[in-house]
Amino acid sequence: MLTMTNNFHVFAAILSKDILLDFRGRDIIFSVPIFGILLILLFNFALDVTPDMVDDLAPGILWVSFAFSGVLTMNRSFVREKEQGGLEGLLISPISRDIIFFGKAASNFLFMILVEFVLLLALAVMLGFLVTSWVLVLTIVLTTIGFATLGTLFSAIAVETRSREVMLPVLFFPLIIPILIGAVEVTSEVIGGTSGAVARWLPLIGIFDALFLIICPWLFSAIIQE
Amino acid sequence: MSDMIGKGILVQGLCKSYGNKPVLWDLNLEVNWGEILVLFGANGAGKTTLLRILSTQARADSGTIQVAGYNAKRQHQNIRQNVGVVAHQSLMYEDMTARENLMFYAKMYRIDDIKLSVEEVLVRVGLESRADDRLRTLSHGMKKRLAIARATLHDPKVLILDEPEAGLDEVSTVNLGNLLYEWVQKGKAVLMTTHNIDIGTNWANRVAILSNGAINEIDSIKVEDIKRKLYGNSMRPDVNYD
Repeated sequence: MLTMTNNFHVFAAILSKDILLDFRGRDIIFSVPIFGILLILLFNFALDVTPDMVDDLAPGILWVSFAFSGVLTMNRSFVREKEQGGLEGLLISPISRDIIFFGKAASNFLFMILVEFVLLLALAVMLGFLVTSWVLVLTIVLTTIGFATLGTLFSAIAVETRSREVMLPVLFFPLIIPILIGAVEVTSEVIGGTSGAVARWLPLIGIFDALFLIICPWLFSAIIQE
Repeated sequence: MSDMIGKGILVQGLCKSYGNKPVLWDLNLEVNWGEILVLFGANGAGKTTLLRILSTQARADSGTIQVAGYNAKRQHQNIRQNVGVVAHQSLMYEDMTARENLMFYAKMYRIDDIKLSVEEVLVRVGLESRADDRLRTLSHGMKKRLAIARATLHDPKVLILDEPEAGLDEVSTVNLGNLLYEWVQKGKAVLMTTHNIDIGTNWANRVAILSNGAINEIDSIKVEDIKRKLYGNSMRPDVNYD
């Protein structure tokens, strides 16, 4: 029990450190939401979205902007650690690699949720997309859990490569696609007022999340040693 | 210091390669409790690799390694809890203050009285007046002092220092020497590398030279002996090898 409490304190320390650094290094806290808003704006002009098309196009626009903003979020996750030597400092500390992983994944999750909230507001303002549904909220949360978990792992892998900004999406997107497809399908159903895909895709997203939450920390511990 | 069993550091038959390139082979090393061992070696000799293995940041290909009495293969966490490391980088975050960085690491090491420990080490390295400044505003030497503060924060039994005096001014170098002296007076062990032969010979209880992937320990701590071992026939009378 004492170990669990200690581990939670370490996890909370890593999480709060990352949040503090995100707010202190203001570049990322502004650039990622702005990038997402620009994406929505581009889609708006490129597809010439009219009010009667919003329901058809909104799910795709929503999740593409979430996904690309998410990749930017993941990219910064280990770059800062690597450049400043913080990761080395964490690795010589007597803490489990799992806690480091979950601390980083949790900070990525929270940052993505914040960005997604801003992008939902932008969608409402620019496209008139207004859907209030607990199913949509649950979909966003579950998808973001999977995205942040897998993204954190691939961020740790990509940071060791020379062209890390390119490597992360190349490695990451093929594996996250099932979750993203599920999220788009569920969002379409929520907007359309039906529920067939919800019962099919939401559990699948949950299963992928569970798999990622088990496998990713294990792989992280294995790859991070050297 | 009854809990200090065996040797501070014990390495037997250590081998390490990167790809096909062997860096360390059949390396043997001992650092006793209450002793500073200074390790010299030319650039690329494998000093940093050895220190990374001892601090559990890298794995050896083969060999037996014990640090602070713990086996490096099976007892990583015990070693990490009992070792303080000063590396080339400060291992801290530029956008956090000196105090915030130390508080963060104090939590990583699960120190009981965090505030007291942090204040103590800040005073120890003379950075209490800059404690609330962000790291990016500190000079290289100050960051090095902070790295020393971080390494000693959890009162480790073994200190592993990679060129700790690099970038330090004269006063800070003397303070570091005093700190290490006090450290070994308490029965703890220190292994450090340096290129500064004067500092190394002054601070060391024993010296060793890492060359060709193995340790060549020398009996005397004479500057000339060390230079001869390090630079061999390439020594020229008109060059200052310090």
